[in-house]
Amino acid sequence: MPVNTQAIGKTYSPTLYAVGREKIKEYSRAVGETNLVHLDHEAARAAGYADVVAPPMFAVVYCAPSVGPPIFDPEIELNFAMMVHGGQEFEWGPVVVAGDEITTTASVKDISEKDGRGYYVFESISVNQRGEQVCRGTWTDIVRGV
Amino acid sequence: MADLFIGASIPEVRVTPDKYLTARYAGASGDFNPIHIDEDFARAVGLPGRILHGLWSMAQVARAQTEAAGGPEHLKRLSVQFRGMGVPEQEVLVTGTVREAADGRATIDTVAEQDGKQIIRNAEAEITI
Repeated sequence: MPVNTQAIGKTYSPTLYAVGREKIKEYSRAVGETNLVHLDHEAARAAGYADVVAPPMFAVVYCAPSVGPPIFDPEIELNFAMMVHGGQEFEWGPVVVAGDEITTTASVKDISEKDGRGYYVFESISVNQRGEQVCRGTWTDIVRGV
Repeated sequence: MADLFIGASIPEVRVTPDKYLTARYAGASGDFNPIHIDEDFARAVGLPGRILHGLWSMAQVARAQTEAAGGPEHLKRLSVQFRGMGVPEQEVLVTGTVREAADGRATIDTVAEQDGKQIIRNAEAEITI
């Protein structure tokens, strides 16, 4: 069965994520960060940041409310039970610190099929409260047996 | 900051995710897919047991770059492919080599492996140096 490519180009409603100091610390501990700029707001301020700094991969936290719904969009017909996360790319701009408000917009970048696998590529664009692009994410999901 | 000339290795990262790491990462990231936190569910869908979150493993690859470069603001881009499966209670080793270095930027080729098997491959990072 060929994949449905009609949703390519579809853009979803933006989501807003308010970045909390304790959430950054919790995430940083879970991924094993030892740099104090992620764990101690006084150390972060002493290093010149406004507050604790989100590790770059914290992008998955502020993007999550935006990139989750497209996977379950009935227009895309993505078989979630057969899906694996195949690849991921992030491009970062200015660092994110506690207190920032990040708006993320997801879109369908590509849908294709090759050798019985469906390739679903989503893009997320995240900007902070000053309008600076802090992250562009490219999320590639692979569905077996399409 | 590590000396990042072409062909140089970045300092390796070794970390052993403990038995409860996937539960802590699920809470920290919001990804509660049961294949990561429920042993019975994971086995029922044909996995050897609970597996690591791929994005946790990617975070270890990212950490190798930021530690080599001297801080989070140096990592400008990271792309990875997820292959195989990582498991808890086994050491993850991240290694990387500088492929290009010019004009204040370096490109690092990186892999993450467990017990000799790659769990993240073709990772490519761009950092400012």
